[in-house]
Amino acid sequence: MTERTSAPRLSRRALMGLGAGAAALGALPVAAPAQTPAPVKTAARIVILGGGAAGTAMANRLVQRLDGAEITVVDGRAQHWYQPGFTLIAAGLKPSGYSVSRTGEWLPSAARWVNEGAAAIDPDARRVTTTGGEVLEYDYLVLACGMVLDWDAVEGFEKSQVGANGIGAVYAGPEEAAATWKAMDNFTDKGGIGLFGRPATEMKCAGAPLKYTFITDDYLRRKEHRDTSQVIYTAHNDTLFSVPIVNEKVKLLFRERGVDTRWHHVLRGVDAGARQAHYDTPEGRKVLDFDFINVIPPMRAPQVIRDAGLSWADRWVDQGWAEVDPETLRHRRYANIFAVGDVAGVPKGKTAASVKWQVPVVEDHLVADINGRAGTAVYNGYTSCPMITRIGRAMLVEFDYENNLTPSFPGVISPLEELWISWLMKEIALKPTYNAMLRGLA
Amino acid sequence: MKELTLATLIAVFEEIYGRGLFWSLVVISGIITVAFVAVLIRDRGIASRWLVRAEITAPLGAVAAVWFVLWFTNSHLADIGGPIDWIVIAWIALAGGGGLTLLSYTAQAILGHAPRAKT
Repeated sequence: MTERTSAPRLSRRALMGLGAGAAALGALPVAAPAQTPAPVKTAARIVILGGGAAGTAMANRLVQRLDGAEITVVDGRAQHWYQPGFTLIAAGLKPSGYSVSRTGEWLPSAARWVNEGAAAIDPDARRVTTTGGEVLEYDYLVLACGMVLDWDAVEGFEKSQVGANGIGAVYAGPEEAAATWKAMDNFTDKGGIGLFGRPATEMKCAGAPLKYTFITDDYLRRKEHRDTSQVIYTAHNDTLFSVPIVNEKVKLLFRERGVDTRWHHVLRGVDAGARQAHYDTPEGRKVLDFDFINVIPPMRAPQVIRDAGLSWADRWVDQGWAEVDPETLRHRRYANIFAVGDVAGVPKGKTAASVKWQVPVVEDHLVADINGRAGTAVYNGYTSCPMITRIGRAMLVEFDYENNLTPSFPGVISPLEELWISWLMKEIALKPTYNAMLRGLA
Repeated sequence: MKELTLATLIAVFEEIYGRGLFWSLVVISGIITVAFVAVLIRDRGIASRWLVRAEITAPLGAVAAVWFVLWFTNSHLADIGGPIDWIVIAWIALAGGGGLTLLSYTAQAILGHAPRAKT
């Protein structure tokens, strides 16, 4: 099925070739190529926990920078998921195979891949034990094991429900994203009450719940059922987005589109049969009826991180993110441990764009350590969110720890303007950029 | 975007089209450009007869390029939101129109007879 759907896309790509290439090459400022330093000779043993976006990019970059290092990637998953694609799958624009590739195809041959999960970490003894019982001793450990979606925290919800009874769950995986599209397509064919929202924990791509609200609203309008429908967004606190200026813009757009926002609503359970969702609110439990719901569960660090005592003790205590310095991503208590990607306990940035910025920082500090020097690179919290506001338009929102907007193309692509070019980037350029990042090239 | 180097850009384009296809497209566009320059040198200038015919294809190339990009990206002209969008559309149209004119001129010059000497 995947092959059949992807074949015509290849020919479209072929035709796209020269036009897009010439336009981009002509329009974008291109910096001089950076000088690649000579590889550092070392016998260091580096273990990377996780072969997702962060772990794979890290492995590929370290292989380029180090000569003789023993690099081991620990990941039990056979599939690699391009998670930024889930929204496009759930919008009916891409097949589920769009986000699926094999973990092994991205990992460098110079690194060893242990196809198992991590069962235990002993940071004092500098040892990782895999689920298969293999013991890996390390000099440096990179935590890139992502996060877990706590589906059990949503009472009455099972992933097998997705696609029927108006239940959607874009985050659950590529197949579930495709099943969500089926449910959303059915819903927008008839209209009714659509429920959207986000969990109260930190989450990956905090813009995605908003995007999906906008996309569903757009489909209701295209199918001429918006007037007879209610689109409700349940915010976990009193904001829609953590960056104040973006929050105001999204509020404005929600008002324009007639989205009914309910503040301080945290999803606790779903009754698929009765089509009702249960929320904790400051006034107690509330029940909302739905014809379609996008369920997003609380998100937490993997148990192995928490069991090893590597989590923050006084922040995000129910979530367990790794206790790292926000600028260097080095563990605050174990100097030979770093965290990249979703598992890192930093205030912002559980996105692939953050990974792109974080990986070179960890690489700099780790290689400098091996070289007997001090690293200088700093992660400023950069992250990016192509906020789709309808099919065909998006806002390219980029910001840092301080909530500053950090546009890549200042004065050209406005971050708070709904633009077609921003949509173009999400549709065409994002996945190739992501793939180049995985290979350590971008 | 962190740092946009030529190497990054090439890596991204290789991912969009696949390495083989990307470099094939680069080579094909290079060959067409070289062939165009070659016929200019051969004919010691632009032959107006072929240029006029080639220019007729320009609007076709422009419209086709814009239509194709919109279709490829699941979008419509109504999604154009700001000045930069119009500029990008204009660039796409220019690339499509210019590209087809170039191709059409070169094809005529290679397949057709040499133009009459200028009087």
